[in-house]
Parts: sequence; structure tokens; C-alpha cells
Amino acid sequence: MHATLFYLFAALALMSGLLVAFNPFSRNPVTRAMFLVLAMIALSGLFVLLHAYFLAAIQVLVYAGAVMVLFLFVIMLMDLRESERRRVGAFAAVLGLAAVSGLGALLFGALRQAPAGTEAAVGSTRDLGRLLFTQHLFPFEIVSVLLLVAMVGVIMLSQREAE
Amino acid sequence: MTDIGLPHYLVVSAGLFCTGLLAVLLHRGLIEMYMGLELMLNGANLALVAFSRFHGNLDGQLMVFFTITVAAAEVAVGLALIVALYRQRQSTDATDITSLKL
Repeated sequence: MHATLFYLFAALALMSGLLVAFNPFSRNPVTRAMFLVLAMIALSGLFVLLHAYFLAAIQVLVYAGAVMVLFLFVIMLMDLRESERRRVGAFAAVLGLAAVSGLGALLFGALRQAPAGTEAAVGSTRDLGRLLFTQHLFPFEIVSVLLLVAMVGVIMLSQREAE
Repeated sequence: MTDIGLPHYLVVSAGLFCTGLLAVLLHRGLIEMYMGLELMLNGANLALVAFSRFHGNLDGQLMVFFTITVAAAEVAVGLALIVALYRQRQSTDATDITSLKL
């Protein structure tokens, strides 16, 4: 059961990732965004298989929810016909594929020596929260300030120039 | 079917990272490149969660929690920058952005 679900979610994540990178059927950015959502949801399925339930929920809420809404808003705000018509240059495609296959060869070569590892009992959401609010309280507060700064920055960036 | 171990998850993570890099390298539209960046971030997140699971250590999950938060802030700021740039240039193509001056 675990193996079946793993292969299902892994195939879904990789396929939709590939369709974000290169979609032979459509050049519409909205289609890309939708496949990105699919990849995020498959990833949250993998998180559930890894017993990271809280992160799975966060992944769906933040990525498939908030981030994707932002992406879709921006895509629909702009007229992207121009970028849809542009083709990928052959030179760029060859170089990009070469670079990615080089990186892939490196990563998979390193993975061949990875130990199989055994699944260890890892804490629940309760333990995660306890760790977050005791040992990692300072980074947590910093992140909250970062979110505030980002919010103010975005409002400032996106307002039109005052006359 | 064999048991699913750490290398299985790491292979998926490396694959996601590679597809994200491919998206960044193949496209010149800023939005498409941004989506590739998100894919790369998620590939790294999956590796962290898998390590956390197979080493019995919650620190990896905490790291992913912070990564997701920072990524959300980064997406908001980045997209606001893209919109501001689009207002200025009527284009979101990376090849059109060649000078620092507005």
C-alpha cells in the first residue's frame, strides 16, 4: 500500500514538474500554474507518507492555496500573449538540457552510494510545535518580522506613483 | 515490491530539482522562471523531510517549515517586482531587462 502510494505520488509530482518545465501541448502560463499546483499536491501526499502531517497541511494551504492564487492573479493581470509567442531558442535548449543532465548525473551518482536507511519514529505535530516554541523560538519570531516586512514591501512596490 | 527507503525519496527530490532547473534555463519569461524556482525549492524540501523521517530528527521538518514561510514572502515580493517591472516596460521577458536604469 505504502509503495503503491509512493510510486503514484512520485510519478504525479515528476510528471507535472516536467509539464511545468516543458509543455508540448500548451504554452499558456495558466496551464503551467495548474500543473505546478498538481506537483505541490503530490508533494504533500509524499509528506503524508513521510508522517509529516503538519507540513503536508501547510504545503496545501500555503503553496496550493496562497502562492498559486498570487501566481494566477499576476498572470491574469498582465497580457502575456507576447511571451506565449516566443519560442525557446535551440541553442538555449541544448545548453540547458546539457547543464541539467550534468547536474542530474552528479546527483544520481551521489545517490548510488546513499545508505538505504530505516524509518525512525519521528515526532508528531505536538512535538514539532513544542520544538518550534522552545528551542527555535527566535527564528520563529524573526520569520514573523520577515513576513511583516515582505507585506509592507509588497504594498509599497505595487502602489502606483502618487501624482 | 521492495520497501520504500530513503534513496527513493531522494531520487524524486533530485528529479524535481532538475525539472525546476530545466524550467529556469529553458524559459525567458520571468513568471515561468519563477515557477521553476518554486519547483527547485520543493525538491529541496522533500529531501529535508525524508532525511528527517529516516534519521528520527525533527529539525529537518522545522527547516522545511521556515523554508515554506520564507518562500511565501519571496513569492509575494518577487511577483510585486514583476508587476512593477511590467508597468514600466510592458514586458516580463528577462531578455528585455538589460539596464539598471528605469
